[in-house]
Amino acid sequence: MSTATHDHAHGHSQDGGHAHDDHAHDHKPYGMMRWLGSTNHKDIGTMYLWFSFSMFLVGGVMALIIRAELFQPGLQIVRPEFFNSMTTYHGLIMVFGAIMPAFVGFANWLIPMQIGAPDMAFPRMNNLSFWLLPPAAMLLIAAQFAPGGGAGVGWTMYAPLTTQAGPAMDLTIFAVHILGMSSIMGSINIITTVLNMRAPGMTLMKMPLFCWTWLITAYLLVASMPVLAGAVTMTLTDRHFGTNFFNAAGGGDPVLYQHIFWFFGHPEVYIIAIPAFGVVSQVIPAFSRKPLFGYASMVYATASIAILSFMVWAHHMYTVGMPVETQLYFMYATTLIAIPTGVKVFNWVATMWKGSLTFETPMLFALGFLFLFSLGGFTGLVLSITPVDVQIHDTYYVVAHFHYVMVAGALFSAFAGIYFWLPKWTGRMYNETLGKWHFWLSLIFFNVTFFVQHFLGLAGMPRRVPDYALQFAEFNAISTIGAFGFGISQLLFLYVVVKCITGGEKAEQKQWEGADSLEWTHLPSPAPYHSFSTPPALK
Amino acid sequence: MRNKLAKIFAALTTAATAMSLMIPATAFADYKLNLQTPNSAIGHTIYDLHTVITWICVAIFIVVFGFMFYAVFAHRKSVGHKASQFHEHFWVEVAWTIVPCIILLALAVPATRALIQLRDTSEPDLTIKATGYQWKWGYDYLKGEGEGISFYSSLSTPRAQIEGTEPKGPNYLLETDTVVVVPVGKKVRMLVTAADVIHAWWVPALSVKQDAIPGFIRDTWFKAEAPGIFRGQCAELCGKDHGFMPIVVEVKTAADYSKWVESQKANMKKAAVADDPEKPWTLDDLKARGEKVYAANCVACHMANGMGNPPAFPALSGSKIAIGPKEGHLAIVLNGKGGTAMAPFKHLSDADIAAVITYERNTWANKTGDMVTPAEVKAAKGGGQAAAPATEKVVAAR
Repeated sequence: MSTATHDHAHGHSQDGGHAHDDHAHDHKPYGMMRWLGSTNHKDIGTMYLWFSFSMFLVGGVMALIIRAELFQPGLQIVRPEFFNSMTTYHGLIMVFGAIMPAFVGFANWLIPMQIGAPDMAFPRMNNLSFWLLPPAAMLLIAAQFAPGGGAGVGWTMYAPLTTQAGPAMDLTIFAVHILGMSSIMGSINIITTVLNMRAPGMTLMKMPLFCWTWLITAYLLVASMPVLAGAVTMTLTDRHFGTNFFNAAGGGDPVLYQHIFWFFGHPEVYIIAIPAFGVVSQVIPAFSRKPLFGYASMVYATASIAILSFMVWAHHMYTVGMPVETQLYFMYATTLIAIPTGVKVFNWVATMWKGSLTFETPMLFALGFLFLFSLGGFTGLVLSITPVDVQIHDTYYVVAHFHYVMVAGALFSAFAGIYFWLPKWTGRMYNETLGKWHFWLSLIFFNVTFFVQHFLGLAGMPRRVPDYALQFAEFNAISTIGAFGFGISQLLFLYVVVKCITGGEKAEQKQWEGADSLEWTHLPSPAPYHSFSTPPALK
Repeated sequence: MRNKLAKIFAALTTAATAMSLMIPATAFADYKLNLQTPNSAIGHTIYDLHTVITWICVAIFIVVFGFMFYAVFAHRKSVGHKASQFHEHFWVEVAWTIVPCIILLALAVPATRALIQLRDTSEPDLTIKATGYQWKWGYDYLKGEGEGISFYSSLSTPRAQIEGTEPKGPNYLLETDTVVVVPVGKKVRMLVTAADVIHAWWVPALSVKQDAIPGFIRDTWFKAEAPGIFRGQCAELCGKDHGFMPIVVEVKTAADYSKWVESQKANMKKAAVADDPEKPWTLDDLKARGEKVYAANCVACHMANGMGNPPAFPALSGSKIAIGPKEGHLAIVLNGKGGTAMAPFKHLSDADIAAVITYERNTWANKTGDMVTPAEVKAAKGGGQAAAPATEKVVAAR
């Protein structure tokens, strides 16, 4: 299961001055205890990534149930309440169970290696923040079997629909609490590690951009997760303890929930996107054999996006009936995000400009990210314009938009990262041909699934419906075919990764010609169990 | 190898161009690819605004990715391109920060104008209140011609079409038993609220979408340009049958609208006589009427055979409530049950409530033989009703 179980290569080339402990005396426990009690950032990173992939499969099966029901008009496979439960838990599991832990896995593996630190700042807290995830996932899955089935309230969990829901809602609320605790602990760990454990000479502005994006993301998490915890706690007390936060009859307001939720929810979008930016900012320069263009402006753009993300939440609520002045403010503030985001895209293109490009799988996924994430960004700009949004809010246009950003954005970037660092993590190479197949199949089926959904939304198909009018039939059928193709393509990914771990060719220390961060320049492949117990000498 | 790569990238570029061209293709008025053809002035504004923004996006997209694909072709290692090592350029970076600012400012002007127009609900000719229920809409004509008209509107597509045992009709899922009728060319202000959870009142061709918030009233407006029938749906997840509560608006000429108002008023008078609580009711009368009320309001959860869908939607057949004391049965229908999907049904007429309870107590395995009369319902409603309107407060959102 793990990369680190392999024997360490002795006699590999070393750049000296560091890492003398990475030989036979690792003192790592074997068997179950190695994983349950692990305080090693690499083991924990590995567990995060496998956890994330298994949740990706669970959420993916839910997505396929949704698409299967929508293949044709009429109710064929599931009942509406089960359908609603699928849309809800597909969203929650993909966001909190798959995408977020995947990038925390990257952070665990890479931040200590990239800044020249021996491990994360708080290894035991690191262990706890991972081991909180499986119970949370179990609660989300157990919710399906609660009396009355899963809570069909949408991943946004709007009140007062949540007040009506059955006991599954309580399990979901506790799951969200636990996930929040895990994220906050993970973030504190990352912030502390980045700020305090950099090797001498590794100034903040010399860090690889991936570390910068995680530093900023960690602040977003610390600031926004408690807000979500507050929102779901109020839901809990409204349900069971007689409070009326979201009940107008008791002096509350259902819209209050939405304000609180989206104050978390919009930064959450960037919590997912910003580490993805970080991965892409490592991959594109490596395969362009050219330094990242505009490093400083990338840092400032990322920070601006993070700050702006706290000031635009109500653009998710243009139809709740806010005063026109408020709507104007949120529209202007939202369009502003296009500027730093544009800067990032321009910087990536400029990085490639006059480079010496090659197109191995990580680069293909990074380019897929760049192209499709930008498309999702453009539909985001369309949605930011309030009068237009009023027409397409809560339609499939929005569904298409956020899947371009989340799947072609965050997920493709995660794939890019996995292929990029697998040689470093496992000491073995994946099969390049199969990797490219995985990319092209994912790219094509992704677009088959989601591009047509723009049309569905424009023509007036609402989100979260188990059945639809006849004029939407063709595009829904196409979308379903694409979804199954996309789902099956991901099994190829699993095959490629397992094959790489178990029997790939031996990877070199610097597998990629253009890679220049410390894990490539100073550490062998596979990276030793403990790296940099003495800081590397930096120029 | 080089050839193969070149082919792949050629295919990718073709795909990219095809994709970017598909968005402008939406301008060809095919309702399946673009926004529905608008039937209101604000609708045209929004439609045009969407077209402009989409074109701007397409243009930027082509320029930016033109650069990227040029680099992909020309700056490949396999064609022997050597990497330069530049990594910043002050003026380029300033330019690509400033230019988007200018584009956004230019966009903000028409967007602001459209938004202000969209939210101006002043001086309406007709005011209608739409109330979202799980899962149907209620309408009250509050002010203007037709004042006092009030009815409910639920999905009229038969279950058999949904379950696939009958062929689906042309307006599958977009048809209702009663329709909202409005006059053409008049400004109609919609007050939108909800009785249970959040719904959203949405008719795409009239360019209105407004969330219906329980306990608050929000407003929006439209002015239809041409007569016709326009179909929409609830746009906010509201539970099990969210996908099954459509909205149908029929726009009529002024003369036809007046005729419709007359006929509605006449029907209401007839109904008032028919529903007179003092009139002698028989069990069979009530049962027959109750079957219809049940089919319109209860069947979605409790099912036609009374067996429900436990545990979320309990069976009525053999239920302790439905064969127990009738006060208990009446109370749950009137007030709902907190923490469950059982909503209050106070809004139904006294006669309808009496009928449906009588029906439930004397159908399936239930053989109580008793009946609840409209007069009893009226008496039971008496206490609770005064408090209800106080919780609804009008929020002047403008």
